[in-house]
Amino acid sequence: MSAVSSAAMLEAEKLRGGLSRRKLLDKAFVVIGLSIMLGCLAILAVLFIDLVRDGAPRFGWDFLTNFASRRATSAGILAAWVGTSLIMLVTAVCAVPIGVMAAIYLEEYAPKNWFTAIVEINVTNLAGVPSIVYGLLALGLLVHQFDLGQSILAAGLTLALLILPIVIVATRESIRSVPNAIREAAYGLGATRWEVTKDHVLPYSTGGILTGMILGLSRAIGETAPIITIGALSFIAFLPDSPIKSEFPFVSFQWLHDPFTAMPIQMFNWVSRPDQAFQANAAAAGAILLCMTLAMNGVAIFIRYRFRKKINW
Amino acid sequence: MRDRVVEILLLASGLVAVFTTLAIVGVLLFESGGFFEHVTLKEFFTDTMWTPLFADAHYGIMPLVAGTLTTTVVALVVAVPLGTTIAIYLSEFAPHNVRETVKPILELLGAVPTVVYGYFALTMVTPLLQYFMPELPGFNMLSAGLVIGLMIVPYISSVSEDAMRAVPRYMREGSYAMGATRLQTALRVVVPGAFSGLAAAFILGISRAVGETMVVAIAAGMQPNLTFDPREPAATITAYIVQVSLGDLAHGSIGYQSIFAAGLVLMAITLMFNVIGFGLTRKFREAY
Repeated sequence: MSAVSSAAMLEAEKLRGGLSRRKLLDKAFVVIGLSIMLGCLAILAVLFIDLVRDGAPRFGWDFLTNFASRRATSAGILAAWVGTSLIMLVTAVCAVPIGVMAAIYLEEYAPKNWFTAIVEINVTNLAGVPSIVYGLLALGLLVHQFDLGQSILAAGLTLALLILPIVIVATRESIRSVPNAIREAAYGLGATRWEVTKDHVLPYSTGGILTGMILGLSRAIGETAPIITIGALSFIAFLPDSPIKSEFPFVSFQWLHDPFTAMPIQMFNWVSRPDQAFQANAAAAGAILLCMTLAMNGVAIFIRYRFRKKINW
Repeated sequence: MRDRVVEILLLASGLVAVFTTLAIVGVLLFESGGFFEHVTLKEFFTDTMWTPLFADAHYGIMPLVAGTLTTTVVALVVAVPLGTTIAIYLSEFAPHNVRETVKPILELLGAVPTVVYGYFALTMVTPLLQYFMPELPGFNMLSAGLVIGLMIVPYISSVSEDAMRAVPRYMREGSYAMGATRLQTALRVVVPGAFSGLAAAFILGISRAVGETMVVAIAAGMQPNLTFDPREPAATITAYIVQVSLGDLAHGSIGYQSIFAAGLVLMAITLMFNVIGFGLTRKFREAY
């Protein structure tokens, strides 16, 4: 009798010991997980502080209004930020309408068949294609076959293709979150498919579409490899042709065909110089580029949050 | 009638994606076709030197493949444990508001332009490593790989966390009812249940690491070097493409065609990992 109870006691003792060990491990994991996560966030902060500190001596009006130069202290990013802005304009104008329309097709119109399946698999796969391969595509097709040359138009189209999957996926998710009841109510009142889409589905998914657009552009703005591949120049001491003219017809699209440089290209050029003085320029350009990217992401997060809060189905 | 026109327009937009894929495959095959007229497949895969631009030209892709695989492995050694741990923490341990705050901030790590990561690798990580390994050269694959690893942590953690959260609640509750702690539940119930999603996350990370360009172009040097030692400088496939593009090569020359051949190999490697990932995902898919 006593032997049995002492054996049970022993068993319970072992169990309790095991339990406290398991609970300890559990707590240890919380500490490990939390510190790894905070570590990653700290690295982001270090990265930013480091760039700002290294680039500090270059910040100033001159840096924004000077062209690249052989002397590090007088070199600036004028051609780079103008080039980047114009490329982003082309990218947005091409990628957003096509991406949104493709997403509408896949969500609202496409029949369920093998053809739609192919389009869907394509979009997923395109998102996984390395960005430099888009550069090769552009070099072979846009620059040489279509004879666009090493122009702003070629760069903008390349980046538009690159972010197309991002825009499509974001728009689809956003359209999918519109409840079917809304569509059915509109159909019930005799609306056609396009009227349902244009008057009901699209307005409700604007937040998601905007978020996708901004995230896509923030990806495009930092992409270096594809536009190096199509042959961006790193030393440019002139601006593209002005889009606004003083005489009729007042607008000109000549700038689309001008050679260009862009922020990440300029930074890469400075980083790869052995001269230490240029590293400060690289850091300053990097800090500005990082600020642009983070600001765009911040806006995207804000919009997503705002729209999610506003809509109550 | 108008509906019909709209539908055709929408369909045309959808087809842009299909045409892009076709164009990528077409351009790569067409341009590297010219390359393989000069270079035999045997030389391409067995020669141990890659010097297409030198007078004594060698066309062996292996040094570039070795560089790509080495930086990728270093990146994964960093990113897989970190990313998975963060995902387990966020999905199983973190309170709701912590998760909602941290996840977007963590995703910013993946949004930083890669050229900035390159600067980081060259000017901060390499000097830091040299402090511990004084003989480490200024350009090396180790620092590039570490930084790429850091860069893909958010991709892995984000996708893994989504997969873990899709594991139904009753499975966790069953495990808790048997007296398991949160950690035991996470490791023995949630992770196996979400394995297909985790595999997809790792494959996504691998694809990013294989295709990553600027970090290696800046921090790993651009000399093709047949080695698997991460402490050495080497060029990856992507770095080679950048290096050639920076110069001014005549359209149609063998150097010009060689970057398309390199791009074709890059696509093949990416595709191979994706096929493996697809197989894994299918094999381990749990339906709830």
